Amino acid sequence: MPKKVMLGNEAIARGAWEAGCTVAAAYPGTPSTEILEAIAADYREIYAQWSPNEKVALEVVAGASVAGARSMAAMKHVGLNVAADPLFTFSYTGANGGFVIINADDPGAWSSQNEQDNRHYARAAKVPMIEPTSPAEAKEYTKIAFDISEMFDRPVIVRITTRIAHSQGVVELGERKENTIKPFERNPQKYVMIPAHARPRHRFIEEQMVKLKEFSENSPLNTIEWKSKKRGIIADGVAYQYVKEVCPDDSVLKIGFIWPLPDRVIREFAAGVEELYVVEELDPFIEDYVRAMGIKVTGKELIPLLGELTPEIVDMALNKKKPAADIPAYTSKIPGRPPSLCKGCPHGFVFDVLKRLDVVVNGDIGCYTLAVLPPYSAMHSQGCMGASIGMHTGFEKARPEMAGKSVAVIGDSTFIHSGITPLIDLVYNKGTGTVLILDNRVTAMTGHQENPATGVTLMGEATHELDLELLCKAVGVKRVRKVDPKNVEEFEKTVREELAAREPSVIISSRKCILTK
Amino acid sequence: MKNVIFAGVGGQGVILASKILMEAAMAAGYDVKESEVHGMAQRGGSVDCHVRYGEKVYSPLIEKGTADFVVCLELLETMRKLEYLKGDGMIIVNREKIDPAPVAAGLEKYPADIEDWLKANVKKHLVLDTKAALKEAGSARALNIVMLGALSNYLEFTEEQWAAAIRALVKEKFVDMNLKAFALGKALKA
Repeated sequence: MPKKVMLGNEAIARGAWEAGCTVAAAYPGTPSTEILEAIAADYREIYAQWSPNEKVALEVVAGASVAGARSMAAMKHVGLNVAADPLFTFSYTGANGGFVIINADDPGAWSSQNEQDNRHYARAAKVPMIEPTSPAEAKEYTKIAFDISEMFDRPVIVRITTRIAHSQGVVELGERKENTIKPFERNPQKYVMIPAHARPRHRFIEEQMVKLKEFSENSPLNTIEWKSKKRGIIADGVAYQYVKEVCPDDSVLKIGFIWPLPDRVIREFAAGVEELYVVEELDPFIEDYVRAMGIKVTGKELIPLLGELTPEIVDMALNKKKPAADIPAYTSKIPGRPPSLCKGCPHGFVFDVLKRLDVVVNGDIGCYTLAVLPPYSAMHSQGCMGASIGMHTGFEKARPEMAGKSVAVIGDSTFIHSGITPLIDLVYNKGTGTVLILDNRVTAMTGHQENPATGVTLMGEATHELDLELLCKAVGVKRVRKVDPKNVEEFEKTVREELAAREPSVIISSRKCILTK
Repeated sequence: MKNVIFAGVGGQGVILASKILMEAAMAAGYDVKESEVHGMAQRGGSVDCHVRYGEKVYSPLIEKGTADFVVCLELLETMRKLEYLKGDGMIIVNREKIDPAPVAAGLEKYPADIEDWLKANVKKHLVLDTKAALKEAGSARALNIVMLGALSNYLEFTEEQWAAAIRALVKEKFVDMNLKAFALGKALKA
């Protein structure tokens, strides 16, 4: 078979193609974005789309699965929070065509607002989760996920992290499985979750999880690699690679099946070694499980709970290795190189004005979040996608005297993702706030993906270009103004006027991203 | 096992340089792994790629103190990677300075002693002036390939293997320019 150096995310796209996937949907989010981009670029047999948010993406994929297609959603860790509602109930309705969710965690928060550990979702939503340790496995595990999904009537999560998504490795290429579509049958007892149907489905999925546990016990995804019996290390994901790198003489249990975990395999491994360790990034997920089995184990006493692991962290923790000191330390101060807005970025004009007006800025997620840093230092709250507008309303309700002295700032893609409902809320509940939609017609931060305001689909077709002005008017905002922020004087005048107005207002800062070709 | 770090500033082509090295290494029969940084870090921030090749590679990240080569497309970025270098490892660095935002804003100073410090403290160092080579190649964007050419003098791959790797990863219309840039980088002297 031919071999190719591939990014983990490209390998997942390849795995979906080889598995005969025909429908894929996602909202862009680092470190998961390249999966759908690779599908759209290289595997045109798969229908691929950007959805407005992860919840919609998961629902599109669930619908495709019910219809009988092998289908896949991809999202970053916090994206699954948005899609958690469908996840927990599609867990009940299960799969017809293989139903796979790729979920990319970001230990170290390289490009995220938090470091949540999504392995917990598998347990909470009662869905199987598998986790590759390399790009080559990322491709294979994606294919396996489709098989498991159809075999057990469950959605299956493939969990990756930044160092799998954004690392490259040699991948063996395979053929595509054709004609994967399964018959669609009307089956409301399975697909319509009224309480009378949900209760028996709950029983069914608990029974399936018991079967899946047995499957995990016998799965080659969990493997014991016996070496010295003095020390045994359980590891998953990229942590497994670090362990193999720095502890070549120790026995290792690689966990590829994150949920359900294989009790018998863990007991066999624990019984075979004198000392047992768990090396895992973020939470003590495996460690707590092993300890609850009554097995003595060392984990987070040595391995950090925070941030991502590295080979030297594992080496220092397990082997007491000293930091390298061959090259003397450079003692002059090295200035940081924080990311910053591009030269000529339209957002820069906006934040120049907001800084000058000294308003409180409830911010959101996108390139413009960089305005929290110098030279702007002009953002005062930010939490998750779409939060700016709701927080802005809460700010005004708590401190009516601050009305007219604060704004919400949100990008076009983030507004479409989850800013529309809080804007409806602002109008409905008689807020008087001013919302700035920074409309650059693209999802810029994650690398220029199309969105409903771009007028182009992921597959490159022209489509309806969402009219944000009309949308804001339709939800009841009477004062909607569209201004080019490069026209600084007019822009500042507009902001001043809308801040002064004691009724809801939206200013659409309209200028294409400077990087748009 | 060879460990190579490429570092620079977002937009300098650090990832492409590492991809070409990986392609050459895979074609030569090695196992290859790499780790890179996307997203937030690309907005003009520091960028690095770790490339490892050998009989069997486990970790995609290089352990501190074990890099055989640190190749830097910008002078200051070298100093963030020093702790990765082996005692007898080599630093290959482009002399160009790009002011980080805090320096541009006048809040901090770009250290003036980097070149002298490298010469005094790192046994194997190559501080290169790439301006003439880039001018001759016809594009400032070929800096990554010029630096790869400079690195190629110390790695085991043949001219043909490098050329094939460049052809495999660069858009067709830029192949000739990049092959020229590679040759110019290979000929560069400190």
